[in-house]
Amino acid sequence: MNITNSRGLSQSVRHSLTMAHRTLLKIRRTPEQLADVTFQPIVFTLMFTYIFGGAIAGNVSSYLPLIIPGLLVMTVITTSIQTGVQLREDMDTGVFNRFKALPIARIAPLAGALLADTVRYFIATTLTIAMGYLMGYRPHAGFGDVVLAGLLVIASAWAMSWIFAFFGVIARTASSVQGISMIILFPLTFLSNALVPSQTMPHWLQIFVKINPISHLVTAIRDLANTGSVNSNLAISLLGAAIVVLIFAPLTVRAYMRKA
Amino acid sequence: MGTQTDLAVEAQGLVKIFGTNRAVNGVDLKVPKGAIYGVLGPNGAGKTTTIQMLATLLRPDGGSARVFGHDVVKEPHRVRQLIGVTGQYASVDETLSARENLFIFGRLLGLSRAQSRSRAQELLEEFDLSEAAKRPLKQFSGGMRRRLDLAASLISQPPLIFLDEPTTGLDPRTRAQMWNTIRHLVQTGSTVLLTTQYLDEADQLADRVAVIDRGQVVAEGTVDTLKSSIGSASLRLELADAADLDRALAIISGVLNTTAIERTPRGRLTVPLADAEQVADVLIGLRHAGIAITAMSVEKPTLDAVFLALTGHGANTEEVVLS
Ligand SMILES: Nc1ncnc2c1ncn2[C@@H]1O[C@H](COP(=O)(O)OP(=O)(O)OP(=O)(O)O)[C@@H](O)[C@H]1O
Ligand SMILES: [Mg+2]
Repeated sequence: MNITNSRGLSQSVRHSLTMAHRTLLKIRRTPEQLADVTFQPIVFTLMFTYIFGGAIAGNVSSYLPLIIPGLLVMTVITTSIQTGVQLREDMDTGVFNRFKALPIARIAPLAGALLADTVRYFIATTLTIAMGYLMGYRPHAGFGDVVLAGLLVIASAWAMSWIFAFFGVIARTASSVQGISMIILFPLTFLSNALVPSQTMPHWLQIFVKINPISHLVTAIRDLANTGSVNSNLAISLLGAAIVVLIFAPLTVRAYMRKA
Repeated sequence: MGTQTDLAVEAQGLVKIFGTNRAVNGVDLKVPKGAIYGVLGPNGAGKTTTIQMLATLLRPDGGSARVFGHDVVKEPHRVRQLIGVTGQYASVDETLSARENLFIFGRLLGLSRAQSRSRAQELLEEFDLSEAAKRPLKQFSGGMRRRLDLAASLISQPPLIFLDEPTTGLDPRTRAQMWNTIRHLVQTGSTVLLTTQYLDEADQLADRVAVIDRGQVVAEGTVDTLKSSIGSASLRLELADAADLDRALAIISGVLNTTAIERTPRGRLTVPLADAEQVADVLIGLRHAGIAITAMSVEKPTLDAVFLALTGHGANTEEVVLS
């Protein structure tokens, strides 16, 4: 028998893909898992646009270019909390014990979960943009730039999901993962320029909004989708996403390996 | 490659401490290749903890263990390629179907898509799960889950299989099926290490047995040796007058050449019995001495009796059962 004491990179990748496949099979068995990425984009887009539209931009149609990119970021990033919650739930089930005894890359269940969740971000992104379109949003930049903007949001949400995966690994219950994650994400998304322009806010708040990475991401998406312009905000967003991954991926992996 | 050895498992002085609880306290095991080896013990004895250390799921706090010559701490990845583990509690995916579970495990073990699919089909048929293959496990009965659990451990036909209480909670028919499956595994060349709380299960299956209690091996050997150490059955007597207890014991010891493994102040006695024919001798002896009895029964040895004999205290499980 050919046995080895290590696993190569290609094996690790294959195991991770199989784990992602498993997550997708689970989604197919329990489609209610997708409720949040389906209803939230639809409800949020309708609700926020009609509540704030008149007050902020005079009317709904001139509010759309402002709100749709903002909601896109809010919705998709909020979705990434579920990665942590579901990881915790999954790690509590018996099947994880079997994964631990299998000759597979230790990291595969974690990597697979993060990978499969991009499907959720994709659904949320598509639905938010489609809702915007139905309500009359016509981004001035071409189709290509909107797709690019969507990909940027998905990549950022994936980066953020490492933070929540970290909580998922260290927390004791799924609901506490949800709790901690909300406490972090709420101020980040609401104290940003996602829903309203920051000019009317008090000065101290404007400072926070300005340095908030979510604001940079929102601005980058807006510029990309509305005017097709690529600027420093895009660079800052990508850099921010990279930093989050560089910090939280090793932290999460370490915490995970200790438990696995 | 690897060290040549005739042992599938060799553990020396294994220790696992949870807080202040020495759950496993210096366990030595030698499991020969091709054998069915039983680890027998009551609730909390340390069976699961021992298996988890051998299966690389828990890191020992002391001692060492080798699986086919590979150290479980230093070469866990090698060891994992040689073992299949069926834990005490279901370790399959509840939301997926039986087929999907086996498919995913097959893929993880390096089979191609087509191979995984056909292996899943083979195992489903072998374990009598074909009909329910497409349903999510949530709808499975305990016995079906247990069978799937075992099937999942056999995908790559590992040379060593750990089974933690494989038949606990199964009805007698399913239990007998499981026994056949386990015997079949060994016929096809695997080694099986199983834990059980039931002496009769060890009796039916195991070539050798280690009895563990409070984290230590208190007896090791073939089932026959183990049983003969406490007699092949036990005689239970209730005396009409508890004051006769000592006198009765003296007579019994004279006839059976053993001492009681249980005596109660109310006048109940349990003594090991090597041969059922000796019952008559005991009864005649008691009658001659004028000691009256109110009840008498002959029972097969129970795990409790083994424990009493080996450790001097009861197995303190409610489920200690006699075959
Ligand atoms: N993760 C853990 N943390 C703390 N204590 C534990 C843990 N796992 C087991 N123990 C303790 O270790 C001892 C041995 O437990 P173990 O599960 O190995 O027993 P067992 O022989 O398998 O019992 P059973 O027949 O009930 O399955 C018990 O006292 C148990 O409470
Ligand atoms: Mg146990």
